[in-house]
Amino acid sequence: MNSSSLAPSLNRSDPETAIRVRDLSIGFGPKIILEHLNLDVRRGEVLGFVGGSGSGKSLLTRAILRLIQPRTGRIEIFGRDLKDYSLRELRALEQRYGVLFQHGALFSGLTVKQNIQVPMREYLKISGQLMDQLAMLKLDMVGLARDAAEKYPSELSGGMIKRAALARALALDPDLLFLDEPTSGLDPIGAAEFDQLIATLQKTLGLTVFMVTHDLDSLYTICDRIAALADKKVVHVGTLEDMQAFPHPWVQSYFHGQRAGLRLQDRVQTHTLP
Amino acid sequence: MADEPSFSVITSADGKAKDMRLALSGHWSIQNSALIERLVAEMPLATAGMRIVILDLAQVSRLHTAGAWLIDRAREKMSQAGLAVTIQCGQASHEILLKAAHYRPFDEAKSQDDHPLMSMLVDIGANVASAGRDLMAGVAFLGEVTVSFLRVLARPDHLRLTSIVFHLESFGFHSLPIIALINFLVGGIVAQQGIFQLSRFGASTFTVDLIGILVLRELAVLLTSIMIAGRSGSAITAELGSMKMREEIDAMRVMGLDPVDVLVLPRLLALLIALPLLTFVADLSAIFGGLLVSWFYGNINPDVFLARLQDAIAINTFLVGLIKAPVMALVIGMVAAIEGFQVQGSAESLGRQVTASVVKSIFMVIVIDGLFAMFFAAIDY
Repeated sequence: MNSSSLAPSLNRSDPETAIRVRDLSIGFGPKIILEHLNLDVRRGEVLGFVGGSGSGKSLLTRAILRLIQPRTGRIEIFGRDLKDYSLRELRALEQRYGVLFQHGALFSGLTVKQNIQVPMREYLKISGQLMDQLAMLKLDMVGLARDAAEKYPSELSGGMIKRAALARALALDPDLLFLDEPTSGLDPIGAAEFDQLIATLQKTLGLTVFMVTHDLDSLYTICDRIAALADKKVVHVGTLEDMQAFPHPWVQSYFHGQRAGLRLQDRVQTHTLP
Repeated sequence: MADEPSFSVITSADGKAKDMRLALSGHWSIQNSALIERLVAEMPLATAGMRIVILDLAQVSRLHTAGAWLIDRAREKMSQAGLAVTIQCGQASHEILLKAAHYRPFDEAKSQDDHPLMSMLVDIGANVASAGRDLMAGVAFLGEVTVSFLRVLARPDHLRLTSIVFHLESFGFHSLPIIALINFLVGGIVAQQGIFQLSRFGASTFTVDLIGILVLRELAVLLTSIMIAGRSGSAITAELGSMKMREEIDAMRVMGLDPVDVLVLPRLLALLIALPLLTFVADLSAIFGGLLVSWFYGNINPDVFLARLQDAIAINTFLVGLIKAPVMALVIGMVAAIEGFQVQGSAESLGRQVTASVVKSIFMVIVIDGLFAMFFAAIDY
């Protein structure tokens, strides 16, 4: 696997864990949203992160991405506390991230191609021709038509925006991919295609994927492990079967609700078919 | 550095078979892509004259899509030069990546730069056409508003009085301080200049005529209209535009409400009432500013000033300014509403239309003022 891409200076004490969160608390004013939260994301896995609306899923992602400051706790990326990284090392680390924001966050004044080239232009000294070719290659990889390259984000549909944003997230061949509700707002067929796309890319590029999602189908089809956020902390991490067996009331209602039940039946049926 | 991407050339012992092995090693990663780009450019040179080339990736410790693309692009280039090129992967993951990032031709950006003169002409044509469309849209919209107004006249209980009063407050009452202030200042400036320039001819008392006629006929209504175009016209465009953006206008339509009735007419009527009133305040405030400056700077006593003013102006001087005010209000309101309804889905579009609204309505205000000047001169009013 080519995913062992750490800067040589990084501590390799725990090569199996990409992200390790320990005793993390986040709050605003008197309100505490996450408390003593622990979570490990292993290298090369797809971790699905579920939780009720407003439970702080996005907050955790934002804390890992250093967009907000946690109150207490430790966040280790590739075995090293974020606080121990120097500013330059953090810049280098952030080049190893790919982030797909919920609404794409494409720069509205730039075409899709220019959007994909923003990180390349910033960090690489490569020829314009190669930059064009790499941008088009990313477009191909995320399954966007080539004529979308010259379009502006406002001319794209919701699904195309997600794909274009994914292409931008992949521009620098990241090791760690953060996806914030990648399939929300897509129709079921589009969502399934997107799931497959992420699964394929993850295998091809050896990515570690941290995926915040509400989509049960995504959890069933592409996640290696699932972490459930409830009561201000991660109550359980495990495979789908583990989650279904876990007795926490929120986890139970999430994985055994009506919608989940239907999906499960489908799954069992398709699996028992010869 | 051990991680640096490189390739070494291994030729077979006798050198007659014309085959060559390029052993690639190091990190063929995106961070090294500038270096890799230079490396692959050397490959065709290194392999010149060979027939069989093997690209050996066994020693490549890290491979990214950028590296894979460049390797495959080099392979394609050499193949086109007539060489038999094969790639040998050391790792299965490299093979998958090479397949995913295999070479494919992209139509190089077809920059069909037309002749500059041609594209300039195209631009001019497009602008003229869009100006024509604007005019048509304006006329059509004026028709819509008129119909809506007639409907309200036929059924006065459908007049949205609350809305009119609300907008009257925001367009009229809230604009009072700023309108009074700028007109006060401009009145003072005109007085100062008048006294300063005219005193050379010993005609400084004519400053009063200058202030009276200039302010009442032109300046007060012009400044007020420009201020309202900037302040209230932009507000109207932004309000209607953001409602259009969030599909509120469509929601209104499917409920059987006519957006022109509900949104445009009250704003337009409020402007039609507010602008003449504001112009009147502007008149007073500019003359007051002129009076103060004449008093303290030009030693013209208020008694003298007022007596002189009564001689200089008649009711028609005052009316010329006031008659223009409702026309300006109509133009500002119409331009603002049309631009507001033209907002598309995005926030940039909203910003663009608000800018266009202000620029167009100020331009129209000045053009119309010019037309009025010609008209009043022609009828000798």
